[in-house]
Amino acid sequence: MIFLDKDTKCLVQGITGKQGSFHAEQMLDYGTNIVAGVTPGRGGQKFGPINVYDSIEEVTEEMDVNASIIFVPAPFAKDAAFESIKHLDLVVIITEHIPVHDSMQIMEYARKKGTTVIGPNTPGIISPGIGKLGIMPTHIFNEGNVGIVSRSGTLTYEFASQITGAGMGQSTCIGIGGDPVVGLDFSTVLKKFEDDPDTDYMVMIGEIGGNAEEKAAKYIEKNISKPVMAFISGTTAPPGKKMGHAGAIIEGNSGTAESKINALESAGVQVARKPSEIINMIKEFK
Amino acid sequence: MKLYEYNAKAVFKNEGITVPEGYMAKTSAEAQKIAENMNRPVAIKSQVLVGGRGKAGGIKFADNPQETFKSAEILLSSHIKGEKVKYVLIEEKANIKKEFYVSVAVDRAHKKPLIMASAEGGVDIEELAENNPEKIIKYNVNPQDDFLPYEGREIARKMGVESSLISSMGGIIWKLFQVFKKYDANLAEINPLIVTPEGIIAADAKLDLDDDSIFRHQKMMDLDEYESEEFAFVKLEGDIAVIGNGAGLTLTGMDMIKLNGGEPATFLDIGGGASADVIKKALDLVIDYPPVKVIFLNVLGGITRADDVARGIIKALEEAERKIPLVIRLTGTNEEEGQRLLTEAGVSFETSMEDAAKKAVTLRNSF
Repeated sequence: MIFLDKDTKCLVQGITGKQGSFHAEQMLDYGTNIVAGVTPGRGGQKFGPINVYDSIEEVTEEMDVNASIIFVPAPFAKDAAFESIKHLDLVVIITEHIPVHDSMQIMEYARKKGTTVIGPNTPGIISPGIGKLGIMPTHIFNEGNVGIVSRSGTLTYEFASQITGAGMGQSTCIGIGGDPVVGLDFSTVLKKFEDDPDTDYMVMIGEIGGNAEEKAAKYIEKNISKPVMAFISGTTAPPGKKMGHAGAIIEGNSGTAESKINALESAGVQVARKPSEIINMIKEFK
Repeated sequence: MKLYEYNAKAVFKNEGITVPEGYMAKTSAEAQKIAENMNRPVAIKSQVLVGGRGKAGGIKFADNPQETFKSAEILLSSHIKGEKVKYVLIEEKANIKKEFYVSVAVDRAHKKPLIMASAEGGVDIEELAENNPEKIIKYNVNPQDDFLPYEGREIARKMGVESSLISSMGGIIWKLFQVFKKYDANLAEINPLIVTPEGIIAADAKLDLDDDSIFRHQKMMDLDEYESEEFAFVKLEGDIAVIGNGAGLTLTGMDMIKLNGGEPATFLDIGGGASADVIKKALDLVIDYPPVKVIFLNVLGGITRADDVARGIIKALEEAERKIPLVIRLTGTNEEEGQRLLTEAGVSFETSMEDAAKKAVTLRNSF
């Protein structure tokens, strides 16, 4: 498993909010190592077995913590992200609709500090058997050896549930986020899976917009030896129309599904035309 | 949110970028009046948000108010690439000596603002990038640092701008970056940026603002271009409405329809955590869209709960004025309850997206 393992100790920013409290409970139920909550002005309160603090600095003075998950509303998310990037190694930003100029600043600061950012606009990360830092339904996941990396939340669920339904399971699943500017690129995650003893197969789920998949294809050709299978959504999307979140748009000649599929296939990646084909591809490798 | 040229120019002017004298008109009579007041040859430019306006015949020229009236009349009753022309911009005709290109955009790959500038403006920048990439100067700005005027001058020098224009060109690049930053833009672009005997002028202006930053630009909500969207809803050419939760899953739903030989009529993403009410509204929207013959609703609930979805479906079906066959795929969070509610109401459903898509296309082909 990658990024989220038995050494991850996580705090929840925005734990007293509606989203934060609901998902903090779900993460605890799944066995995730949540050690503290942070909401400025609510220090000293309790959240189940967890203490709530006013600041991350205060948490780091009292205990070992190395990760954060952020449920803070978009207008305040940059502030929350900077606070956690300053103190921690892994930050998962669930929040949707963060201004892209804020995201650029967040990623620049994270680069300087060497902090890994997952998201924004992501379902998060799950390592079945270890825990989840995210909002995904847990019953569709199962412990196993397939690593999934995706730009889309619900499409991750589609693939995970088919893999689970076929009697297999996942090492780690990561949603890198649907926004134009996100913390992780496909290559970084694929490299981690390559080096991860728990992962034998990788599934990469891309979509129209940007050129992240083309870049990943080049990377895979040179650096990845484990089998990678891919799916690209949006084959039928017309250019110039924004399809859902800000990332999914074909602009000019760039970002089409065709260009991504071609790049991946010429890098030796098998590209499924429908989700169920992935299952057969994995089985053929076995 | 893309701005009309006349609104983008107002923003640019406000930041100190020189734009041609010009005024917006909603009617041909208004256009004629403006031309009378300006009393010189003018350009009549249709105000649309689609690109490629010039090639599509959206810009006309006139030497007198009568010609201006006629051209405005034609433009205001036409469509440019499917978009109705609601406004025209009447602008002084410039004396062009040379055309440059400059833009600032969000560079996804580098996660930083990217300035692009070229001494060969007025052309399709994508074509230039393809055929003569060395003629475009690219410069990434650190999003946490200041961008200073000297950096604009450095870019101007690399463009090959002559010494007498270096300061004003550098200044415009600097000012355009200020617009980009201050207004939370995805893109701020001037193409062409023209050199005239009176100085350097932004002959065109493109400004695309980040919808997610609108909370700190409340005034922009008053613009005609602003639409508050409950759903990501896009109308397409076909006749099978596709609804899904999440962009990736909805896009894939469309792809599965096409793979089975059908044509999607809509892309409608209900997002995460949709309530029964939202589901009903989404269904009402596509029922009201006349080309739709079959609806394919594809939900794999994460934070969206299948029982909420089922309640929304049942309510929408009860109250629908037009009966349209509905193929449902419903799984995920609370699926037992959701599926039980549908069964009780006599509504059939599928659990596999691929099977459901196939069924929707078969149904479409049966009549």
